[in-house]
Amino acid sequence: MAGSSMTETTTRLDNKNRADDNVLAQAAAWADAGHKVALATVIETWGSAPRPVGSQLAIREDATFVGSVSGGCIEGDVVTRALDAIQSEAPEVLEYGVADAMAWEVGLACGGKIKIYLEPLTVA
Amino acid sequence: MKQETLKQILSAQAAKQPIVLASNLQTNEQLTLVPGETGQPDWMMTEVDAAIRSDKSRTTDAPDGTPWFFNVFNPPLRLIIVGAVHIAQPLARMGLEAGYDVSVIDPREAFASAERFPNVTLINEWPDEALQHLELDARTAVVTLTHDPKLDDPALHVALQSAAFYIGALGSKKTQAARQQRLTDAGFADAEIARICGPVGLNIGAKSPAEIAISILAEITQTLRQEHS
Repeated sequence: MAGSSMTETTTRLDNKNRADDNVLAQAAAWADAGHKVALATVIETWGSAPRPVGSQLAIREDATFVGSVSGGCIEGDVVTRALDAIQSEAPEVLEYGVADAMAWEVGLACGGKIKIYLEPLTVA
Repeated sequence: MKQETLKQILSAQAAKQPIVLASNLQTNEQLTLVPGETGQPDWMMTEVDAAIRSDKSRTTDAPDGTPWFFNVFNPPLRLIIVGAVHIAQPLARMGLEAGYDVSVIDPREAFASAERFPNVTLINEWPDEALQHLELDARTAVVTLTHDPKLDDPALHVALQSAAFYIGALGSKKTQAARQQRLTDAGFADAEIARICGPVGLNIGAKSPAEIAISILAEITQTLRQEHS
């Protein structure tokens, strides 16, 4: 299951990234259209992380997403966790790196480490 | 993040004003902050100012040890192209793609037309007047492409007196030497004139207008990322 969803989201990244660079504007447009949305933001990096601090990914409840928080290495996992965060409405901090037990699945081949702040978009 | 908070950030972006989103990573409290904001702790406003000035988002511990993330949303970098010539067309397109707010200045309306330059700000004024109104700052790159000293030189005069992070001028080594002499005669010091990148662009053997645009944008990127920051 993880394999098939990864392929699907990777395709979406390629298509969507060109279509819209403004991640926050897209997140707001989705929310206005009645979608549930989560935002993932790179808050700290160590070593050769591919995207700088502040880089963002917006995720919709149907797993459509725009933007990036890495070179594509961890987006699949961030999207999966974002769908949980949309349900729970609870922000959380995620950490990825080569030391990760799942390094070869969702870790960073570049040897860097990334900390992500994942937060649902709320109406209140 | 509250939708209202997101709207505040987008409004600031639309108004081309800097704004910082401060997130308490323990309590998830969030604040949108602008320079000069009152009623917030000094340490917080110091971080806000530093994040805006360096254009770098960062995580910092508050005096009580709580981790806060400061995400800075600065207005876009600006690319100002003087001369709506053929090279300016791919340069404007590529500049937009690289995230720049692009303006093209040319008093000749047939050159600086919306058909030739979609999605950029077109200014049909003399370059020196136009540049004075644009308030060139340290997040601005200026490139002159007209080949015509009547248009290029006054633009360079204004650019050299500004904090623009990149100043480039199209022209061969010979043209460049003649321009340096004119600028010296106009009272500019050698160190000031040395700020001008010319012949413009990285030496990658570019021939076509698009290739020359790539070499110019590569040089702007190099200056921004390797020298400026």
